[in-house]
Amino acid sequence: MQVQLRIRRYNPEQSNKPWWGDYTLQNVNRTDTVLDLLHRVKWEIDGTLALRRSCAHGVCGSDAMRINGANVLACKTLVSSFSREGSNQAKIQVEPILGLPVQKDLIVNMEPFFEHYRSVLPYMINNDPAPADGRERLQSPEDRARFDDTTKCILCAACTTSCPSFWANDKYVGPAAIVQAHRFIFDSRDQAPAERLQVVGDTFGVWRCRTAFNCTNACPREIEVTKAIAEVKIALATGEV
Amino acid sequence: MSQIHTHQHDAIIVGAGGAGLMAALYASKKSNVAVVSKLYPTRSHTGAAQGGISAALGNVEEDNWEWHAFDTVKGSDYLADQDAVDVLCKEAIDAVIELEHMGLPFDRFPNGKISQRRFGGHTNNETKKPVQRACHAADRTGHMILQTLYQQCIKNKVNFFDEYHVVDLIRVGNAVAGVIAVDVATGDFHIFHGKAVMFATGGWGRCWEVTSNAHSLTGDGAAICFRRGVPMEDMEFFQFHPTGIFKLGILITEGVRGEGGILLNGKGERFMEKYAPTIKDLASRDVVSRAIFLELRDGNGINGQNYVHLDVTPKTVNKYFELAGESRRITREDIEQKLPDIADFTRTYLGIDPVEEPMPIQPTAHYAMGGIPTDVDARVLADAQGNIITGLYAAGEVACVSVHGANRLGTNSLVDLVVFGRRAGMHIAENVPHMELLPLPKDAAASVITEFERLRTSKGKHKPYQLRQRMQKTMTDNVGVFRTEESMNAALAELKQLREEYMGNITIDDKGRIFNTDLLEAWELGCLLELAEVTAYAARNRQESRGGHAREDYPNRDDENWLKHSFCQKDDDQFRLDYKPVTILRYQPKERVY
Repeated sequence: MQVQLRIRRYNPEQSNKPWWGDYTLQNVNRTDTVLDLLHRVKWEIDGTLALRRSCAHGVCGSDAMRINGANVLACKTLVSSFSREGSNQAKIQVEPILGLPVQKDLIVNMEPFFEHYRSVLPYMINNDPAPADGRERLQSPEDRARFDDTTKCILCAACTTSCPSFWANDKYVGPAAIVQAHRFIFDSRDQAPAERLQVVGDTFGVWRCRTAFNCTNACPREIEVTKAIAEVKIALATGEV
Repeated sequence: MSQIHTHQHDAIIVGAGGAGLMAALYASKKSNVAVVSKLYPTRSHTGAAQGGISAALGNVEEDNWEWHAFDTVKGSDYLADQDAVDVLCKEAIDAVIELEHMGLPFDRFPNGKISQRRFGGHTNNETKKPVQRACHAADRTGHMILQTLYQQCIKNKVNFFDEYHVVDLIRVGNAVAGVIAVDVATGDFHIFHGKAVMFATGGWGRCWEVTSNAHSLTGDGAAICFRRGVPMEDMEFFQFHPTGIFKLGILITEGVRGEGGILLNGKGERFMEKYAPTIKDLASRDVVSRAIFLELRDGNGINGQNYVHLDVTPKTVNKYFELAGESRRITREDIEQKLPDIADFTRTYLGIDPVEEPMPIQPTAHYAMGGIPTDVDARVLADAQGNIITGLYAAGEVACVSVHGANRLGTNSLVDLVVFGRRAGMHIAENVPHMELLPLPKDAAASVITEFERLRTSKGKHKPYQLRQRMQKTMTDNVGVFRTEESMNAALAELKQLREEYMGNITIDDKGRIFNTDLLEAWELGCLLELAEVTAYAARNRQESRGGHAREDYPNRDDENWLKHSFCQKDDDQFRLDYKPVTILRYQPKERVY
């Protein structure tokens, strides 16, 4: 089939104005991913196209992009999702994720995103001595299940950069950082939920969330992000984890 | 000419996957460490590992580390060094417990202990039956290891240089003085001057067409060391994982078979019964990959196509459990809960629901058993006699200790990177205070800058992707699951041609500085070409079949002549081979039957 691919381009070495690159690709398979198409442009047509990618199957989190208006991973988005069964045409528009400074083409500066991530103390805090028998800390399957969903996060930023509250104010820690906080707050082995709740209970924490559900829709790992944020809000409101 | 910046640290760790992060945690306790990585750490390919990390915890049935060691040695087709295997399997227990203490969310048994599952080649040595040894977090164990180690590095304020692409090693005689990196964002060159350098840069599966490896797995660390005179050990041994998604190569974990999944050919036969009567679908990866290859060659693919089925539907699995007289059964929920990512992959890329339908699979290039030779403290060897290059370390897939020998067991890559990453970190922490900071050679960065300028300003005919595709095709056709003298001669001739075109007739589009991934990809292709050639050369040289190296013209293992590691070096553009004896302790080589 044929795909009309439109890519938001920007190269500050050449011009401070972004532009649209239009590329017509033939012999595309319906099962090709958008990443496959971007590679074809980069390899066969214009090597200056800049993007991040690595694993190409949705686990490394490098290639979150705004494709036909929605945040997705390019490597997990098939051409078939933009073309009706039986049609041999598709139009696909690719832009960098919104709300982080664009550095070149589809590459944005991820530092502000990781700064928010680091702010929620995203690591296990347990100062008790390890079990005397030298073995693992025990955890019931039920306690383990409590935070299972939020352990899936790959830090791709698709959620945070789809959030209207983050667009409005980039000091908001954003859904991804809250997901990370949730992962530890609800882990029975962790001893610092109060410290994390203080961070995400701040002016730029969870109360900025207006439950738009964009984050949940955007998550390529199908984490129920809005639900996780709600659980953190409830923990803050009730003082109970 | 770009600006050159200089940094000084005690130790420089290149690569931020499992091995690099583990080393960083330990090394940074006592020394000033920089972790330099071309990717953000959480993008590293450790995160793609699925099924589990083995350790003889014995949480649900009897197990001990000596059984794990024997399985590893047998899996290696007796090429692994048994002293190193002992270290691997003994320390695996402690390493897994340490990961749990760091917060890794392992799945749990009802009693609260870490859950363990069956995996290929891991057995109860007495009954010969599969043993539950693989500790797991659903089918994203590698993801959880990577996240947990990164979290701990954040906690311990490890010093990261993210998206700095290391492109050269500064070697001074038989020691090192640092590395040279390109800041991807600016294109500037940076010299990292230090007493110790560790490579933890992963593998080079991108030498082949169908691979489970990320685009970024281009063997940079191995190629850089090779160019600086470091030998490459056992390069002929590259693992083809039996179950990659047809055409795409995306990995389908062995855990699927651990949960009861079986392989079926076009006639609906469970063909592994023929090839491994005792352990069947859970035989070692090399055995299963060869079986699939032979089935396909005999025309037993599904509908005559180049794939077989991996079937984990409860209907099929329970039928075979019943036939085997096993009491266990699986349900739809088990699959959703224990293999969620696998279900997601096949639904996304194939439109196939693994609960309802079998998955089309074929062998996929997966793991380098060979690489930079090291001792059990991850110190790099200068030669087959065991001399050390002072201050140079390597761990994880890029290294060859050798614990995997001719074929790696499933889960042992994760064991390898935490155990030897940790040992590297400890050794660096202990020794760096007494080590000397060697002065930088004059114009340390000159040769690599020249090479980058050559690529940037090249005006040849071929684009890098064209050369890359030709390399991948010849490696797949000629240096794949099965090889012959003839096929490898063909590969070597094509690779020589490709290298000439790479050096003299290439062109790239992007002449700029910032995020010039066109240029960096071209440079990465040079690394792949280098390692492809070493692989083909070492493979042609080894006239026997062992583990992942299957010669049709030499179908048997030959312990008399080939129970030894190969060391390949290049002097004045000529390959040179040397050999190192295998360390045998408790397990004498014998025929390998599953």
